[in-house]
Amino acid sequence: MISREGDALARSTADAVARRSYGKLVAFLAARTRDVAAAEDALSEAFASALADWPRNGCPSNPEAWLLTTARRKMIDVTRRRRTSELAAGHLQVIAEGLEAAAADAAMEKGIPDQRLALMFACAHPAIEAGIRAPLILQVVLGLDAATIASAFLLSPTTMGQRLVRAKSKIRQAGIPFRIPESEDLPGRLDAVLDSVYATFAEGWTEPRGTDVARRDLAEEALFLGRLLTELLPQEPEALGLLALMLHAEARRHARRDADGEYVPLADQDPSLWDAEMIDEAEGLLRRASALGSIGRYQLEGALQSAHVHRRRTGHANWEAIVQLYDALLALCGSPVIAINRAVAIGEARGAGAALEALQVVAADVRLTEYQPYWAARAELLAKTGAHGEARNAYEVAIGLERDPAVRRFLQRRQSALAHR
Amino acid sequence: MQYLLLLYSAESGWSQMTKAQQEQGMAAYTAYTEALKQAGAHNNSNRLRPISTATTVRIANGKSQVLNGPYADTKEQLAGYYLIDAPDLDAAISWAARCPGASHGVVEVRPIWPLGEYGESV
Repeated sequence: MISREGDALARSTADAVARRSYGKLVAFLAARTRDVAAAEDALSEAFASALADWPRNGCPSNPEAWLLTTARRKMIDVTRRRRTSELAAGHLQVIAEGLEAAAADAAMEKGIPDQRLALMFACAHPAIEAGIRAPLILQVVLGLDAATIASAFLLSPTTMGQRLVRAKSKIRQAGIPFRIPESEDLPGRLDAVLDSVYATFAEGWTEPRGTDVARRDLAEEALFLGRLLTELLPQEPEALGLLALMLHAEARRHARRDADGEYVPLADQDPSLWDAEMIDEAEGLLRRASALGSIGRYQLEGALQSAHVHRRRTGHANWEAIVQLYDALLALCGSPVIAINRAVAIGEARGAGAALEALQVVAADVRLTEYQPYWAARAELLAKTGAHGEARNAYEVAIGLERDPAVRRFLQRRQSALAHR
Repeated sequence: MQYLLLLYSAESGWSQMTKAQQEQGMAAYTAYTEALKQAGAHNNSNRLRPISTATTVRIANGKSQVLNGPYADTKEQLAGYYLIDAPDLDAAISWAARCPGASHGVVEVRPIWPLGEYGESV
């Protein structure tokens, strides 16, 4: 007879292990064979077995080792069934040997070696299509299902599912290694990992009220991954910079909407609503990063966030310093998005006229015709110079491109305020 | 694992080179092949004659159709290949990057589909 308590305990233990160790177990099971899909399947079967076995026999003292052993058996079974040729024998031996050794280690309480970082590097390999890297990391490291990831990235579950399957097949069939790259390749390859984590955060960030569970959770998952990266690579200043950047942004989440759910721009936010603990952590990370003596995109973006915080805390703005940070960032990345933010900062430091000139430089970029922040920034600046007609038109485009209703309403208010002047 | 490095380049490039340049080019390939052999990574390699010598064959409606010319008429043509042994894609990519063909054309890296593995394409 299975007690209700035993059942609940098994479930909560399994949930905790999934949260804590899913990626670790997948990384370990897939490291030798590079067969991520098979590792995921075996692990999910192992979890199912656990939910049947643990209520009856009690939760094991080392649930990870239990799951690993069970998943390993299932993987060997599957391989045995699927492959019968000579080649398969060798393949089988690789799995068996690697997993035997590991299971022994795990059983000896040495713990399962953490290969999540190697797994992330495989997912963010240049041979993997750039747009699927972040979703792939979310799935294999955190165990999110394709439907959840699809809704967060605004794609159909079928499309997302197919692209994930294709990416996993490529890892296995093309032989993409599970390895932390050599030092000469590390910076470029690490950027791809960091970019994936940041893309995840940015997707979650667009939903500030947290009404859409999938998107809100995405920001949390990105923070989890960001923390994981700083633990696994404590000497990489850009990993520290990325976590600082995300924490600074996350600290302001609740200040981005007023009591009525309306959008509040950064300049009008109430700093007392900002999460001081997150800000302190972010500042500490930036100090650690700068001591490592190698500047990069995420550190600069983190520093920009820090400058905004400083402004709100002290009440005085140092816009020239912010412009300088954007100059450095622009020289480093040359992205039109950065150029827009730089123009806005120039507007604060030297007036709207100078800002519009700076904006003109990027106006030719075709990507911007569909980029809301460009049109919103342009509208604001035009309004300040008194070119109300042009400003209204720019607001019109920005409103048409916005997907967040609260931001849309904000832009509409700005636009109609103009009309009354 | 085994990978096929497919070397694509514009054929006009070769004919426009001086004799000395062609010799230098050949020497670079010889050195590269030698390096692969030294590392135990070389399996097989060949240079292909130009597309003017190519013939394309297909069976349509039970009849064989033989056409003069390459399958795809593109600016860059398949000019040769190396079949190499490499532990993983990164190792294959670094061999591809060392190949002189990567400097005057492009090198496509394709894993070999082992015999006995079926139905795994996605």
